[in-house]
Amino acid sequence: MAPYLYLLPAFLVMAFITFYPLAFQVWMSFTDFAQVNFNVRLHVAPHFVGLENYIDIAESKLAIPNFEFPRLVLFNLWWALSNVIVHVVLGVGVAVVLNAKGLWFKGIYRALYILPVVIPQIIVATVWRNMFDTDSGAVNFVIQGIGGIFGLPADTPAFHLDWLHQVNDPISFIPLPLAYFAMLTANTWLGWPLNSVVATGALQSIPGELYEAAEMDGASPWQKFRNVTVPFLRPAMLPYAIYGFVITFNLFFLPYFMTGGSPFGRTEILVTQAYRLAYEQNLYGVAAAFCVYLFFLLLAVTLVTNRLAQATKSYAD
Amino acid sequence: MTAVFRPAPIGKPRRTRANSSRQERTLPLRQQLILQVACLFIALTVLFPIIWVVSMSIDPRNISRPDALTLIPPGASLQAYEKVVTRPTSNDISFLGLLANSLKIAVGSSVVSVGLGVLAAYAFSRLRFRGREAMMIGILGVLMLPSVATIIPLFIFLNQFRVDFAGLSFNLRASLLGVTMTIVASQLPFAIWNLKGYLDTVPRDLEEAAAVDGASQFQIFRKVVLPLSIPAIAVTAFLGFLGGWSEYLTTYMFIGQNIPDWTLSIALNSLVGQYARTTSWSEFAAFAILFALPVSAVFFVFQRYLVGGLAVGGVKG
Repeated sequence: MAPYLYLLPAFLVMAFITFYPLAFQVWMSFTDFAQVNFNVRLHVAPHFVGLENYIDIAESKLAIPNFEFPRLVLFNLWWALSNVIVHVVLGVGVAVVLNAKGLWFKGIYRALYILPVVIPQIIVATVWRNMFDTDSGAVNFVIQGIGGIFGLPADTPAFHLDWLHQVNDPISFIPLPLAYFAMLTANTWLGWPLNSVVATGALQSIPGELYEAAEMDGASPWQKFRNVTVPFLRPAMLPYAIYGFVITFNLFFLPYFMTGGSPFGRTEILVTQAYRLAYEQNLYGVAAAFCVYLFFLLLAVTLVTNRLAQATKSYAD
Repeated sequence: MTAVFRPAPIGKPRRTRANSSRQERTLPLRQQLILQVACLFIALTVLFPIIWVVSMSIDPRNISRPDALTLIPPGASLQAYEKVVTRPTSNDISFLGLLANSLKIAVGSSVVSVGLGVLAAYAFSRLRFRGREAMMIGILGVLMLPSVATIIPLFIFLNQFRVDFAGLSFNLRASLLGVTMTIVASQLPFAIWNLKGYLDTVPRDLEEAAAVDGASQFQIFRKVVLPLSIPAIAVTAFLGFLGGWSEYLTTYMFIGQNIPDWTLSIALNSLVGQYARTTSWSEFAAFAILFALPVSAVFFVFQRYLVGGLAVGGVKG
């Protein structure tokens, strides 16, 4: 009996504020729950609509502008994947550089590089939003400064980019708006340091003898990296990359505060769209169905990535 | 799920014997200089947004937007700080009022989730009982869900209750109490998981000794396990505090209309974006720094103990 007594308080609380709401949400997703059903005194019950909400979402038939479900899902997956690739590559790169024996000021660099992680995310997002401002943002000032070195005047139109709202894609054959690249930049600033911390931990567990042996065999620096470093990094980096994928997939802050989904909802991700459906459009039933989709997508992502992790298991396991 | 693990703490290399013998070798000067340039460049990109915000916050010209990049603006002053402390937004709430509300949410949610979490974590780590695996998977599943997924049903659920207590009468949803409960819902699974992970690493010798001396199970928990887990409790509590301190989406959805209940993060967002055309960026910058500094400083000092927790999902978007 005793074990359950320790669990009781936590599960009692979770029953009310986690499990019941989740079950309620599933029920809600089959109804046309709206503002009128809120008021407890009116007692207006929502209508049961079956799978209508789910079908409307899948067929992008919602009465809100710029909603295309397949595009949203694809963008969200690509957003998470592209971020994780950039973060891992940069994180490992910096960790390898900082691991060079005899490098000066190592401790100072390590302390500086962790700074983005310690700042609350809402501040990171709002500050980067202002950094990418068209006329007053620091990013455009830097571009103007670099242009100035080559004698280009500061009012060249290309130096006043509307980073967060420009409608035309910057690269004609890649269907991604400029705002995506701004978000990627901001999230890279935020994301690589933790990857670097994880990679540093893994690098420091590699026995030095392995490098010495590789050197004696005449391995080039690239061969050493490829055949000694990478196999040791993989068991540590892979789980973290999967975890980073899930976190970035659900990263509410950047799309919501930086771009607000612009241009035309193309930088919206699932969680921000769900929030908007409920809070701005008052489509509670639809938003609930949307969250159920979100849950199954996350489940699929977890299962696929876990399979991937099993298939590429390496030494340390 | 393999995505849960702890990276090695930063700045405290795990040195093997072979590694330390390599440590004495120095880098050729040319290579050293190239790497120093690279490291300085990375440091610059990391520091750039931070320096930008600091320099804006001390800009005395009271211009609404910066027109160039300046490190230390001419005649730097703390005017903007004075302004945001007395009247941060156009609404009638002072910085101290916002601070008090943020503190209530942060302290409340952190204390409740750690208090309930440590009991459940003890049961999961030390006791064997039926349904243990299933319950742990349930908690892990909830941990993976983004908080957006439960926010809508919780809004409706809490909206049904009126609290009448000590002369106060309010709607539970539109109150700091309701917001705190919702934040607990997203933090409790993390607290359980993080504390369980820590308890799993603590040897059981002391508990066994106490049991031999005739201590009851609850005595063992209170007199042995609890004191041993103080470091993990502190870390989990701080991460929970950080989550509540910078929470935005629940708070805004639940009490956005209710200005006396506004928190720092709602005020911060009202200082950027399309509704803030008249707010000077100096004020935004000063506000962001006042908001970030207390938590960032604590985080920075104790990062060795905290980044590991972050990697398990301390901050949920």
